[in-house]
Amino acid sequence: MPELNYVSAVNAALHRAMDEFPEAIAFGEDFAIPGGVFTASKGLRDRFGERVFDTPISEAAILGGAIGAAVRGRRPIVEIMWVDFFLVALDQIVNQAANVRYVSQGELTAPLTVRTQQGVLAGSCAQHSQSLEAIFAHVPGLIVGLPATPQDAYDMLLSAIAADDPAVVIEHRSLYFGPRAPVSVDGPIEPVGGARVRRAGEDVTLVTWGAMLGAAVSAAEQLADEGVSVELIDARWLAPFDTATVTASVEKTGRLVIAHEANVSGGFGAEVAARIANEALWSLEAPIVRVGLPDSRIPAAPVLQRALVPGAEQIAAALRETVAVPA
Amino acid sequence: MTPTTTTTPAAAPAGPAGAALAGQFAAMLRIRRFEERIEKMRHAGEVIGSVHLCIGQEAIPVGARAALEERDALFSTYRGHGWALACGVPAEALFGELLGKRTGVNGGRGGSAYFSAPSYGFYGENSIVGGGAPIAAGAALAARYDGSGAIALTAFGEGAMNQGSVHEALNFAAAFDLGVIFVIENNRYSELTPTKDMVRDDELWKRAAAYGIPGVRVDGNDPLAVRDAVAEAAARARAGEGPTVVETMTERLVGHYIGDGEAYRQEGEVAAAREREPLVVARAALLDGGMSADSLEELVTSVEAEIDAAAAAALAAEPADTTTVREHLHA
Repeated sequence: MPELNYVSAVNAALHRAMDEFPEAIAFGEDFAIPGGVFTASKGLRDRFGERVFDTPISEAAILGGAIGAAVRGRRPIVEIMWVDFFLVALDQIVNQAANVRYVSQGELTAPLTVRTQQGVLAGSCAQHSQSLEAIFAHVPGLIVGLPATPQDAYDMLLSAIAADDPAVVIEHRSLYFGPRAPVSVDGPIEPVGGARVRRAGEDVTLVTWGAMLGAAVSAAEQLADEGVSVELIDARWLAPFDTATVTASVEKTGRLVIAHEANVSGGFGAEVAARIANEALWSLEAPIVRVGLPDSRIPAAPVLQRALVPGAEQIAAALRETVAVPA
Repeated sequence: MTPTTTTTPAAAPAGPAGAALAGQFAAMLRIRRFEERIEKMRHAGEVIGSVHLCIGQEAIPVGARAALEERDALFSTYRGHGWALACGVPAEALFGELLGKRTGVNGGRGGSAYFSAPSYGFYGENSIVGGGAPIAAGAALAARYDGSGAIALTAFGEGAMNQGSVHEALNFAAAFDLGVIFVIENNRYSELTPTKDMVRDDELWKRAAAYGIPGVRVDGNDPLAVRDAVAEAAARARAGEGPTVVETMTERLVGHYIGDGEAYRQEGEVAAAREREPLVVARAALLDGGMSADSLEELVTSVEAEIDAAAAAALAAEPADTTTVREHLHA
C-alpha cells in the first residue's frame, strides 16, 4: 500500500481514472504541462498526451466544454483552481450541467467531474478563502463531496468520476501537503455517498466534513480526556447526504454538534440540523449546536483569520456546552 | 440526414437551385405555420409560459441545417422551435412539448424554451443567453477524440455576442481549432433593445478577426446564402481548421416573446421588414423561376395539412405524466 499525502492521492486517482476510463479527458488552467498549481495533475500530460490539456483562464469555457464533451460521450475531469473562481461560471454548473439528465428524461447525461479546492489558509485573501459547499449542495442534480483524508481524496474522486452525473469534489488546500498515510489504491471504485464514523462514542454526536475533520478529532480527544465520549461522523458527501448514519447516532447519543469551516448562516450545517429535527427530534436531549465561521467576510492577515476561523477549541467548547444540558 | 420536410415539392422550378429553393420554402413554411399555431395556442391558454417565436428568421435554421450532417451536434437558443423542426424533430412532439403533454419531446420538462432531441442531432435550446456556446465547443472537443468527424453548430442572437460565455467559447474554440460554427442570428434587437445602441460597431462578424478566425456576414433571409456560408464553415471545421463566425442578418417580425408590446419599434419598421422576409422572397423567386401558382398552392396546402394534423394529435394526447416527475435526477 503506497504512503501518499492528500495531493498525491488525488494525483494517483487521476492517473487511475485516465487509465480505466478511455473516454476520460482532463483539463483546466495550468493543469497539464505545469501539472497544476498544487501538483495534483503532475505527470498526467506525459502519460496521457492529448487527453490532458491546459486551457485559457475561462471558467465558463472549461465547464461548458466539459458539458458538451460529456453529452457527446466523453467523461471530462476538469479543475476549477479555486472554488471562489467557480462563481464566475456558475451558470454552466447550475443552469446547464445539473439540468441535462432531468430535462431530457435521461436521454442525455453529463458524466463530468469538477475538482476544486477551498478554505482559509494563512494570508489567503477574501476572494481565495471561502467555503462554498452549501451553494453546490443546494442544486438538485449535482453530486457534492468533500474528502478529508488521503484515502478519501483517492476514493471519492474516483467515485465521482465513475458516476454518470455531474459531480463537484471540493478538496481543501490545507490538506494537500499533510502527512502521508497508507492509501489502498487497488480496491473497487465505490458508488458515491456514505458517511464514515471516524470515532465511535456514546455521549454526543459530532458531524463534520472536509478539513474540519482534523479539528474535530482533536476536540473529541480533548473531550475523551474529560470523560465525554464523542461519536465523530465524517459526512464525506453532502449530496447525497447520509442522513441515516447521523440519525442513528443521534438516536443513541441524544446530542448533536455540527462543525464546518463555512460561515454559519445558510451553511450545510443548517440542513443537517433540519434533517435531524425531522428524523430524531424526540431523541434530542439538548439543542443542536452549529460551529462555523461567524457570518463575516474573511480577512487576509493570519492574526485576523485566527480570530474568526473555528478550530478544535471552539468545537470542544460546543461539545461541552451540549453535554452540560441536563437530559 | 433526417429530411427537413415530408413534403415533396411538386413542379419546382427547373434545375438543382430551383428544387433546393422549393424544398427550403416548404421547410420554412412548415416552421412559420408551426409558430403561428403556437401563437394561437398561447392566446387560447393551451400553451402556458413564456414563448419566443422565430417568425421571420426561418431561413437561418433551414439553410444552416442543410449544410450539416446527421452526425453533427446543433445547439440553439430559446428561440429554437425552427431549429428543432429543421433538424427533423416531428412537429407533433414539439407541439406536445409546448402543450405539456406526455408525447412532448421531453415529456413536458423542457417547455418552449429548453427542449432537446439528441437523436435528431438537436442538443437543445438554451434559455440562458449565450449559455450554449461553450457547450457546443465541448461537443466539438469530443469529436477530436472519438474519430466521428462530427462538428458542432451553435446559434444565438446577436445580443449574446455581449455575453462573456460567448467570448470564452470563441477563444476556446479558436485556440484549439475546434470544429464549431458560431451562427449569429442578427435580428437587430437584444430582446427589446436595439443592438446598435449597445455596441460601438454593430458589424459583429468582424469580431471573428480578433480571435484569428474567419467571419462572414450573409443575408439571413436567404436560406441558400445561409446554407452556402455554413457549408464553407463546415468544410473548414471538418478539416480541423477551426471555428467560423457566420453572422446572418434577419428581422424578427414579432415580439421578443408572445405578449411583448413592442413599444420600442419604429413606425413602419415591421411592415417594411415583411416585404423582405424569407417566405415572401422565396415565394417570389419560385414564381419567377417558373413554378406555377397552382403547384405553389398545392405545396402550401400540404404543409398546412401536416401542421394541422400534428397539432390535432398533440392536443389529443395525454397530459405529462406526474407520476414520474421526480425521476431522472440522477443515474
